[in-house]
Amino acid sequence: MSFIKSTFRHPRLPVNDLGLTYRDYEGALSTLCAGCGHDSLTAAIIQACHELSIEPHKVAKMSGIGCSSKAPNYFLNKAHGFNSVHGRMPSVTTGANLANQELLYLAMSGDGDSASIGFGQFAHVVRRQLNMVYMVANNGVYGLTKGQLAATADKGVRNKGGDLSLFNDIDLCVTALQLGASFVARSFSGDKQQLVPLIKAAISHKGFAFIDIISPCVTFNNHAGSTRSYDYVHDHVTTGAIADFVPVKTEITSSGDSAECEDVCLHDGSIMRIQKVDEGYDSTNASQAIMDIERHKQDGKILTGLFYLEPTASDYHEINDTNDTPLNQLDQDALCPGSRVLNGINESFR
Amino acid sequence: MTDNLAISDDKTSSQQIINEFVVRFANTNGTGSASANNMFAKAISRMGIPVSAKNIFPSNIQGMPTWYEVRISQKNYLGRRGGKAEMIVAMNAQSLNDDINTVKTGGYILYDSSRALSDNQIRSDINYLGMPISNICLKEYRDPRQRQLFKNVIYVGALAALLCMDFALLKALVRDQFKGKEKLITPNIYALELGYQYANEHFICPLAIKVESRDLIDNRILVDGNTAVGLGAVYGGATVVGWYPITPSTSVIEKFSSYCHRLRIDPASGKKNYAIIQVEDELAAIGVAIGAGWNGARAFTATSGPGVSLMTEFLGLAYFTEVPMVLVNVQRSGPSTGMPTRTQQSDILACAYASHGDTKQILLFPHSPTECFDFSAQAFDIAEQLQTPVIIMSDLDLGMNEHLSEAFSWQDDKRYDQGKVLTAEQLDEVEVFGRYLDVDDDGICYRTLPGTHPEKGAFFNRGTSRNRFAGYTEKSADYVDNMERLTKKFNSAIKFLPEPEIQQGKKTAPLALIYFGTSSHPIAEAIDQLQEQGLATDTLRIKAFPFHQQIEQFIDEHCLKNKQVFVIEQNRDAQMKSLLVNELQIDPNKLTSILNFDGLPITSDFIVQTVLAQLASPQLNKKVG
Repeated sequence: MSFIKSTFRHPRLPVNDLGLTYRDYEGALSTLCAGCGHDSLTAAIIQACHELSIEPHKVAKMSGIGCSSKAPNYFLNKAHGFNSVHGRMPSVTTGANLANQELLYLAMSGDGDSASIGFGQFAHVVRRQLNMVYMVANNGVYGLTKGQLAATADKGVRNKGGDLSLFNDIDLCVTALQLGASFVARSFSGDKQQLVPLIKAAISHKGFAFIDIISPCVTFNNHAGSTRSYDYVHDHVTTGAIADFVPVKTEITSSGDSAECEDVCLHDGSIMRIQKVDEGYDSTNASQAIMDIERHKQDGKILTGLFYLEPTASDYHEINDTNDTPLNQLDQDALCPGSRVLNGINESFR
Repeated sequence: MTDNLAISDDKTSSQQIINEFVVRFANTNGTGSASANNMFAKAISRMGIPVSAKNIFPSNIQGMPTWYEVRISQKNYLGRRGGKAEMIVAMNAQSLNDDINTVKTGGYILYDSSRALSDNQIRSDINYLGMPISNICLKEYRDPRQRQLFKNVIYVGALAALLCMDFALLKALVRDQFKGKEKLITPNIYALELGYQYANEHFICPLAIKVESRDLIDNRILVDGNTAVGLGAVYGGATVVGWYPITPSTSVIEKFSSYCHRLRIDPASGKKNYAIIQVEDELAAIGVAIGAGWNGARAFTATSGPGVSLMTEFLGLAYFTEVPMVLVNVQRSGPSTGMPTRTQQSDILACAYASHGDTKQILLFPHSPTECFDFSAQAFDIAEQLQTPVIIMSDLDLGMNEHLSEAFSWQDDKRYDQGKVLTAEQLDEVEVFGRYLDVDDDGICYRTLPGTHPEKGAFFNRGTSRNRFAGYTEKSADYVDNMERLTKKFNSAIKFLPEPEIQQGKKTAPLALIYFGTSSHPIAEAIDQLQEQGLATDTLRIKAFPFHQQIEQFIDEHCLKNKQVFVIEQNRDAQMKSLLVNELQIDPNKLTSILNFDGLPITSDFIVQTVLAQLASPQLNKKVG
C-alpha cells in the first residue's frame, strides 16, 4: 500500500464537458482499511460527478463522525468539506443550504451517525425536504470503535466478537419513505453498475435524495454469519427494477426492449430509465415500496434499486419562498432597513 | 365589611407621595391581565414619568398566581426597590392572603369586594379599596371570556381615577394599542370608563399616592430586550436562523421573524431575504447556525437554560473550526429545569468555557434594550472578525420585561465587516493558501467560503486536529501550535469588544462595585443610599469577556488602596467573580460577592443591606476608610 498519492496524469485520460479528467475529481489518499466498501462508494461518487460534469468547487461535502464521515476527504479535493459532529450533519447541512442553495450538497453518513445518535436529525432533514444527496454507507457495525453492532444490524446476527444483535433493526429507507423523501434508493458498494446511475439521478433530482448503500466492513463485519459481508450481500441482493441514467441533451434512441422501459424526467431534464424486473414495481408508490422492502426482508433477501421517485417534488427554499439570490450573497443594502425605518420603529415603543 | 373603608379611614392622607411608588398587581395567569397592566405602565411613561414593569409569572398557561410590579419613579430609580408596595391590586383570591401582607403600612389594597373579606384578612395599618369588580362584569358582559378580560381593563380605569392619571391620555393609548383592530377600541374604552366612574363615585380620588405629569422620559422608549435583540439581528444582517422554542428566549426569534416579515421581503420578487427554521431541538438549532456561518451567511440562534447545555458540543466545534455565529442566551434560573420563568445570571461559566477540552468563548453582557439592539447588531461583525461564536448573555428580566431605554439608533454609513474572507481575485494573488496560517500574527487567519474559486482555497473543515493547511494531523507540535494560536486569537479579541463602563471620582472611593447586565438596574439607587450613609462608590460595569485591561486596573487600584471591592451578580456561586479570579489572577479574598439568586431581579435594598452587613463584619470594616 502506498502512502503518497501519485500526481501522474495519463495524457490521454478522457475529459468531460468541462475539460476535466476523472482525476480532477479525486481527493486525498484514503486511510480506510484496504478493501473497505466505502472506497468503492467514493469511486462511484467521483465517476458520477465527472460524468455529469459537475464543477468540483460548486460542491459542498458534508459529513458527521465515523469511517463513512471521513470519506468526503477522499473525493473532490477542490470542494469545501465540513466534517461536523457525530449525528449532526443534517442540521449543519440545513444551515449551509439555507445560506446558499446554489451549491450541490453531497452528504456522507454512516449507520451509527444516521440510525443511532443522529436518527432524530435524519428524520427531520427528510421532513424539511432539503435539496441534498444524503448517502449512508451502511455496514451494520461501528468501525472506528472496533466492531460494536449498529442499529441497522439485523436482529439475531452476531458481530465478530460474538455479541448478539438483540433488537429490531432500523431500515433507513423505510424511515425516509415514511417521512416523505422524494428520492429513495438502496444499493451495494460492490455494484457500480447500479450505484453510479443512482448517484447521478440523486444529484439531478431537486429535493431530498436518500441512498442507503450497503458497504461491507472488511475488518469488523465480513465474517460468516454476518448479513452485511461481501459474500452474504452478493448472494442475497435483488432488485425490483434496473434504473439507468440518461443525461440531459442525450438523444434518446429506441432500443429493442424499450417498450418495457419507463422514462421518468428529472428536474434538470435528464432521464431515469426504469426497466422493471418485478412486475409489481412502481416507483411512484412509497407505501408499496415499504411493503416490498419488508416482504423481501422476510424472504431473506436484500431489496436494492430505486424505491421511490417524485420528480416534481419541491425543496425547502420553494416552501420557504426564499429569494433566488443566495442569502450569503445579499449585500447590506438588501439586508439593513436603515435609520429612517428605525426611527419609525422607535415611535411604536413610546 | 363595608367596601369602601378608605373613605372613612384614609391612613396616609397626611403624607402625599407623588411619582415615587410601587403598584403590584396580583392576578391569575392566562386571564389577559399582563396586557392591561402593561397598558397601565405605558400610560405612566406617556405622562412623562419614568416607569419600570416586571412581569413575575409562572411556568404555566392558565390558573396560577402571577404578579406584575410597576415601579413609578421620577428619580429614575428603575431597578427593583425591594420591600412592600404602596399599592396592591389584588385580583386573585388564591394569593389574596399573601398579597395583603405585601402592602406597605399606610398603603392601599384595591380588591374585588364581590366576595367579602374575612376578619383575618383585615390589617388595621392599610387602606382597603373594595370594588365589586366580578359583579360589575357579571352585569355588563354575557360572554365568560369577556367578563374575565374586561375585569383587567376596569381596574386600570379605577386606578386612573385613584392615582390621578391623565384619563384622556389613557384612552388615546387604547386607540393606539388597538390600531388595526378598531372593533376592540370602543369596548375597551367603555370598560376603562366603568372603572373610572366607579372609583370616582365610591372613593376619595385621588389618593395620597398619585401621579403628576412630568417631562422626564427624554429620548427613551419602553421596550423589552428580546424585541431589541431580534431587531438588532435584522440590522446586523442576520439571514439564517435555526431555533427551538424555550422560555425566556422564544420571543427573540418571534420578533426577528415578524420584523423580517415586514422589512426583509425582496421588493422585486416578493421573496424572502431570510430563512428561519424551527428545528427538532437545540442541537439542530445551533447546527443550522454553524452550517450557515461556515457558508458565509450571518446566522444565529437563541436559547435558554437547558438549551445552552445541549449546544455545548457544537460550541466546541465552532470554536475549534473557527466558524462565526451568534448565540443569544436569555438566562433563566437553573440548574436543570430550575425556575424557567424566573431570572438569573447563572450561565456565565457554562458559556465562557462552553464545551469539552480547552475552549473559551466570547461573551457580551448587555444591560438594557438599547444595548441588546447594539450588541446584537455588532455581534455579527465580531463573530466574523474573529471567526468564532459570540454569545449574547441576556436574561429573563432584560429579555421579557419592558425597560425605559434610549431609543435605538443606527449609523447609515456604518458597513458590515465580514472580517478576513478571501475573494476569488484575492485567492488568485495568494501564492499559498493555508486556512490556519497566521499571516497577520494576530491569531486570526484568512478563511474562504465554499464555491469561491475553482482551483484554490478549498479545505476540509473539521473538528479533528489539523495543521495550518487544514490537513488532518496527530502530530503534537501541530496540535499545540494550533491551540496556542487560538489563545492568541482570543487575546486579540479584546480590541473588538465593548469596553467596560467606569464611573470613578478623582479620589478613589472607599467602595467599588463591579456588576454586569441587569444587576446594573438598581445601582443608581443603591449608590445614592450608600452616599446617604456617607459611603462614596466607584463603579465598573463589565460588557464583555475576554476582559479588558481596564477591569484589572480598576480592581488593582482599589485593592492597592485597601478599598472594598464588591462583585454583584445574580447567581449562587459567584460565577463572574470566579471568572475574574481565574482570568486575571486576582486574589479571591480581594473581591467580596453580593449574590442574589432568588429568581427575582436584584433590588437596591439587597445591595445596600449586603454592603452594610459586610462592612459591619469585623474583619472587613478595617479595610474601609
